Parts: sequence; structure tokens; C-alpha cells
Amino acid sequence: MVQSIALNVGQLAFVLLLSPLFAGILARCKELVQSKRGPSILQPYRDLRKLFAKDEHVSEESSWLFRTAPYFIFIVPLIVTLLIPVLTNFPLFFAFAGDMLAAGFIFALSGMFFTLAAIDAGNPYGAMGASRTRMVGFLAEPVIIIVLFTVSFVADSTIPYIVQQHWVHPLANFFSPSHVLLLIAFFMVILAETGRLPVDNPSGHFELAMIDESKALEFSGRSAALIKWGGYMKFVVLAIVFLNVLTTPWGLASSAGFADVALAVVLVAIKILALIAVIVAVESSYAKLRLFRISEFLAAAFVVSVTAMITEILHL
Amino acid sequence: MTQLLIELNALVLGLFIISTIAMTVTRQIGACMLIFVVQSLLLAASAFLLGASPFSWHLFALGCVTVLSKAIVIPWLLRALTPRGNYYRRELSQALDIPTTLLMALGLTFAGYAFAQHLVRAAPNLSPGNISMGFAALLVGLLLLAVRTEAVPQLLGILAMENAAFLAGIAIAPDFPLIAELAIAFDVPLLAFIVALLTRIAYRQVGTTEVGALASLREGP
Repeated sequence: MVQSIALNVGQLAFVLLLSPLFAGILARCKELVQSKRGPSILQPYRDLRKLFAKDEHVSEESSWLFRTAPYFIFIVPLIVTLLIPVLTNFPLFFAFAGDMLAAGFIFALSGMFFTLAAIDAGNPYGAMGASRTRMVGFLAEPVIIIVLFTVSFVADSTIPYIVQQHWVHPLANFFSPSHVLLLIAFFMVILAETGRLPVDNPSGHFELAMIDESKALEFSGRSAALIKWGGYMKFVVLAIVFLNVLTTPWGLASSAGFADVALAVVLVAIKILALIAVIVAVESSYAKLRLFRISEFLAAAFVVSVTAMITEILHL
Repeated sequence: MTQLLIELNALVLGLFIISTIAMTVTRQIGACMLIFVVQSLLLAASAFLLGASPFSWHLFALGCVTVLSKAIVIPWLLRALTPRGNYYRRELSQALDIPTTLLMALGLTFAGYAFAQHLVRAAPNLSPGNISMGFAALLVGLLLLAVRTEAVPQLLGILAMENAAFLAGIAIAPDFPLIAELAIAFDVPLLAFIVALLTRIAYRQVGTTEVGALASLREGP
């Protein structure tokens, strides 16, 4: 009992405390690839500390939505963390409280509040960014649903812990054509959902071209810090679902022993670093797509995911 | 050991079908060619994996010939012979827009799987996945040939179809007669050579490699 609570707290701490570090590493690596020095990998922590210490300004036009949205954005990734295998491969307290579909819906909740808050502040860029994010969201939704369908066909379940076990034993499940199709489709969706490069430029400062960033322009002080931190955590949570559940379901702690869990922390961090390397490669080699080409990118993801489903159903 | 090879082959098949779909999405000739090289390497990988367990030197020869001719000689020929300006253009012209093409590719993949089911039953063998994926990729390659209106991407469509046919072929008949390997060793680079030369001449005459646009140059009926 105490162990379970400790493990749950450990999972939350992993996501909460290390997510800014991963964001910092990603930013630094991107700069290094472009032969620049870039900010320190601890820069996101400094940003957060600075923002938490600052005063907050709230638009006179805004309502309670604007004030509550940052809390939703901050808390939702933490709730999802409780549902997925972050460090252990045996189920913890909340493992059966919700499946991957539920995790998707919970993320949709924060997305909805963020969108509404962006429009609420009355900044025209906010509304523009909000509508664009919704567009990307609508296009990504079918892909996520089909990916989850395929997962449920493959593993007879959408509970992340069970799916993870399914890929591990027997190993033959891991090597199936539908699996690799599924991974590629899901990876494309992660790029779209977290505002990475072919879809959105995370380091862009031009309001008219922003998709994800422009929603947060009106937030300041503590709210801005919470939104930033929530964004970092969302990336880490999606990466963990992608890595621990779908791509590399190994390296998790199989007992609650301290050594096992410590090893798992290291291994999961290494896996996330590997994913960051892939993302840096993608971001450095692709230009941002024009807005109306985003539908093509996600249409490709959709076709790949449907192919995965057909391949699985026909047992090829 | 054999089991592991077959599983790895399944993984290669998944990547093969993705590369075929990726060819229909890309808008640049250079990227399209790069994906074609990847697809050829995947075909070679499948041949090596299937040829390793009950050892078949025919499949190994096929793999080597594929790497040599499709991954090295053909891209080099096309790059050297086709007009340079082609590779700097940001977007290819197509007869259909990309989402429509993708939907059709999806339908054709499904149709390919459905046709292949009959073939698989007729010829029980080591890797039924090869036949299904090969068939699906064959139809998608045909689509590529139909929707692209420029010479080089059309040629890549034909070559993708060829790759797909071989992917299915190596599962149906693992012991090809040597003539098949020789055919791809000489025939396909020759085809690429001729098409590239034609493109070069057409470019010099008309200033474009859009073979789809050539129809409008005809004088009245």
C-alpha cells in the first residue's frame, strides 16, 4: 500500500520535475544541430522560476475561463500520468480507472479550456491560434481513434498496462507489419499535437504564423508559467505513451524495489532522449508546412493508421 | 532463428507499404527518389531475410542485384541525365490533389489485400504477407503512375510497381531462374536510361518535363 503510493508519487514527480529538463535538452540539441550554442538545458526551469515570481495581468474583458484554464492545462497531464505505465510494468492504483481513450478525452478537456481562454482574452491572435489548433486537432482526432481501434484489435484492450504487456509477451506480437504502421501514424500525431515542426514551429516568434504559441500570448506571470509547464508535461506524457506502451515496452521496473525503480527512471529517461534525438532530426530536416498542407500531413497519418487496422484485421 | 527472420521480414513489409504510401505524398522529386531508394533497400532486406533460413542463393543474388541497380545505378543515372531544374522545384504537378490520391491509395491497398487473399490460398508458402503487401504496393504504384504528370515521378511509379511485383514474387517462387535476376540487373537501368534521355530531349524542346502537358501542344484534330 505504502509502496504503491510511493510509486504513484514517483511517477508524478518524474513527469513533473523532469519535463522542463527534457524541453531544455530538446531546445539545446536543436540549436547545436544548427551550429549555434543555444540556451542552457536548465533554461526552462529558470523561465518557470522567473514567471512564478512575476505579477499577473489579466484582461478586463476576460471571464473566469481565462483564470481557470491554466490550472486545467497544468493538472491534466498529471491525471493522465496516473493512468499510464511511466516507471512500472505492473498496474498501480489508477491503472484501471481509465484507458487510452479516456486519456485522449482528458487531454481534450484541457485543449477545450485552452481554446476558450485564448478566445476569452479578446486578443485577435488568440482567436486565430485557437481556431488553427482546433483545425489540427480535428484532423488528428480520426488518426488517434483509428490507432486506438487498432490497438484494441491487437491487444483486446485499451488499458495501457495491458497493451504494454501484450507487445512484450510473446515477442512475435511486436514484429508485425501493423505495429510499425501504427507507430508511424502515432508519431505523426504526436508531432501535430505537441506543435512540433512539420506542423507548427515551436521556436517561431511571428504571431501570424503561430498555431500553438499564440494561444498563450495573453497569459502572464503564474498563469504563463503553469501553461508552459503543462506544455512540457504534455510532451513527456505523450512521449511516454508512445515509448513505454507502443514502441519500446521494455526497461520498466517489474518490482517495487528501489534499485528496479531507479534503473527504470534511467532507462525511461534514455528512451525519451532517443525520441528527442529523432525529433531534432525531423525538425532540422523539414520546413514548416503551409497551413493548408497540414491536412495532407495528417491525411497521410490517417491512411497509414487505416492501413495498420486493415492489416491487423486481415492477420497479415 | 527462422522464426525471428520471418518476424523481422514482417517488420520490413510494414515499412515497405509505408514507403509506397510516402511516395504518393511527397511533392519533391528529390524526396520521391530518396523514398524509392529506401523502398528498394527494403525489398533487398526482405529478399535477404527470406533467403537466409532455408538458404537460397537466388534470393541473395536478387537482393544484391536490387541494391546495386535500384539503390545506386538508377538514382545516379536519373540525377545525371534529367534536367537539373527539376530538383529545385518545390512542388510536383499532379493530376489529382494529394488527399484524393491518398484516399484512392487506401482503397487500392484494401483491394490489393483482398485480391491477394485468393493468391495466398492458391500458393501456400513461407511468407503470405509478402504477397498481400506486394499486391497492395503494386496497385499504389499504378496509382502513382496515373496521377503524376511528370516524366521522372512517373518512371519512379513504374519502378515502384516493379519493386512491389518482386516483393510478391520472392514469396511465390523463392528459386527464380537466373534470367529474372539478370533481367532486373540490365533491363531496369536501361529503362531508366532511356526515359531519362527522352526527358532530357523533351526538356530541351519544350522547356518542361511535364508529360501531362504535352498533349496540349498538338495542333487541332
